[in-house]
Amino acid sequence: MNETLIQMAYLIATGLFVFSLKWMNGPETARRGVLAGVAAMAVAVGGTLLNPGILVSNYKWIALAVLAGTVIGVPLSWVPLTAVPQRTALSHAFGGLAAGLVGVAEFYVKFSEGGKGLGRFEVGALCAEVLLGFLTFTGSLMAAGKLQEVKFIPSRPVTYRGQNLINLSLLGVAVICCVLLVVDGARFAHLFPVVIVLALLFGVLLIIPIGGADMPTVISLLNAYAGLSAVAMGFVMDNKLLITAGALDGSSGLILSIIMCKAMNRSFANVLFGAFGQVQAAGGEAEKRTAKSCTPKDAAEIMENANLVVIVPGYGMAVAQAQHRVREIYDELTERGISVKFAIHPVAGRMPGHMNVLLAEAEIPYEDLVEMDEINPEMPQCDVCLVIGANDVVNPAARSNPKCPIYGMPIIDADKAKTVLAIKRSMNPGFAGIENELYFADKTLMVFGDAKAVTGEMAKHLAGEGEGGHRTVG
Amino acid sequence: MKLIRLKGGALAGAALAAGVLTGVAAEAPEVVHPAGKTSTEYIATLFVFMLATFVGLDVIRRVSRLLHTPLMSLTNAISAIAVVGSLLIAGQQHGTGDWNWINLLGLIAIVASVTNIVSGFLITDRMLKMFKKREVKKS
Repeated sequence: MNETLIQMAYLIATGLFVFSLKWMNGPETARRGVLAGVAAMAVAVGGTLLNPGILVSNYKWIALAVLAGTVIGVPLSWVPLTAVPQRTALSHAFGGLAAGLVGVAEFYVKFSEGGKGLGRFEVGALCAEVLLGFLTFTGSLMAAGKLQEVKFIPSRPVTYRGQNLINLSLLGVAVICCVLLVVDGARFAHLFPVVIVLALLFGVLLIIPIGGADMPTVISLLNAYAGLSAVAMGFVMDNKLLITAGALDGSSGLILSIIMCKAMNRSFANVLFGAFGQVQAAGGEAEKRTAKSCTPKDAAEIMENANLVVIVPGYGMAVAQAQHRVREIYDELTERGISVKFAIHPVAGRMPGHMNVLLAEAEIPYEDLVEMDEINPEMPQCDVCLVIGANDVVNPAARSNPKCPIYGMPIIDADKAKTVLAIKRSMNPGFAGIENELYFADKTLMVFGDAKAVTGEMAKHLAGEGEGGHRTVG
Repeated sequence: MKLIRLKGGALAGAALAAGVLTGVAAEAPEVVHPAGKTSTEYIATLFVFMLATFVGLDVIRRVSRLLHTPLMSLTNAISAIAVVGSLLIAGQQHGTGDWNWINLLGLIAIVASVTNIVSGFLITDRMLKMFKKREVKKS
């Protein structure tokens, strides 16, 4: 009776999870999706607690653990939106840890019972669970550290000779251990801790060579791993809810990583094993070229006379927290009847959709946040393209220069606009260490300074309060 | 395009795996594995996994690009379904006493999962609240 009730609860939870994700297809229904997700989780937890195997005396400990999780979880949901990528990475780490620990517990429980309940299928799934879980744990911790710019974790890619060889052989050894465990779990049980240690180590080494611009892909990939480890847990525990929910999560991570890879025209292998931004950074161009610059006031005047302004935000806008100033510019321009659109490159920022959330926070209506593929045909009609803290995503070299490391990456065609205004702190090349032709073009005017300060001044001039704010650097 | 190819590949792979497994099962129809299950039961589980993955790929593909960040924090919370496994490990009796180190692992796993559930759902809702339509034109 109880068992039927539990399975029914799991069935309902699965259905609700599917609806939860389905409702995420648009902003109108998305909040309903969250509600469905919460309901699903509540049903799932409630059903599980009905399990007769759970000792009454242990409920108090469980309640304590739930309380502790809530106490940690609530403040984690208050982080500023610029810190959302770190928070996401951190929670992948928690997910990986949970899966890994459950896997370890399962192994030793079954093992102490003389290995019954541990068929080859189960041991294989267990190995996958522990491997994925622990590598997600340390890998995501590293990623979170890099994104948060923690002192002792270098946020630039770290590479050394034979790196890929070392990583792959580590993974190879772990897989061999797993195979041996599958072949004869009882005889090779002592290899299980080895798998754990190797997985933890591999997670760290996998993320070390990865730099900021690749973070969107890597975070998505870790998302998929966390889901897959839940699937493996479901195989071990013969729990269909774990399998379905894990598969939903896994496919989400997979699709996001594919979108990110496509947006950079790179393959998974290239992202994971081909740290870039190392070689080119050193060379640089010897010939001195000059870029034209202008003051925020001039820039404001240029924008005032436009019909269509396209704003291209990048990670620089997030770092400077400039989104609210950008919103003021948006308001001033739209009030004058100028249409303003935001061109969002899929990999702008540090995680998928990062820019959209920041601009939504500044209360910019989402209809004006336009994807790259939709905005590009409009770019020739664009009078002013305002680039804020974006670099590689508007670099025309990606279209024209086969030697350039980002060649082939789809970009926002900022160079096709009649005038380009680019806000930048200095002429230093961006993440990939590639010079941007766009900044030296005749139609481009650079506005040097901190993105927040510059956009603030532009907004002031547009509002008509600007008195001579001549503040140019460089 | 890539997605379609990927789906094709996944389908072929899954079909192959299912084929091999059914082959194994057909050879020894009534073999009961150490876990006390028959081959068909394993295959039923694989079916669930395959179908759930296809549903997932299809549903996620329709999610607006606007919402990819909230999507990720929502799936974060959903993958904390590992809480089910953690609860079972933490609550059940292992060994002779009603309490040992295995339960402790389960409890740590509960803390980690509940953290994800709570923060994941809360932050997703917080972000989604910000997505607003254009106000009705003033002019």
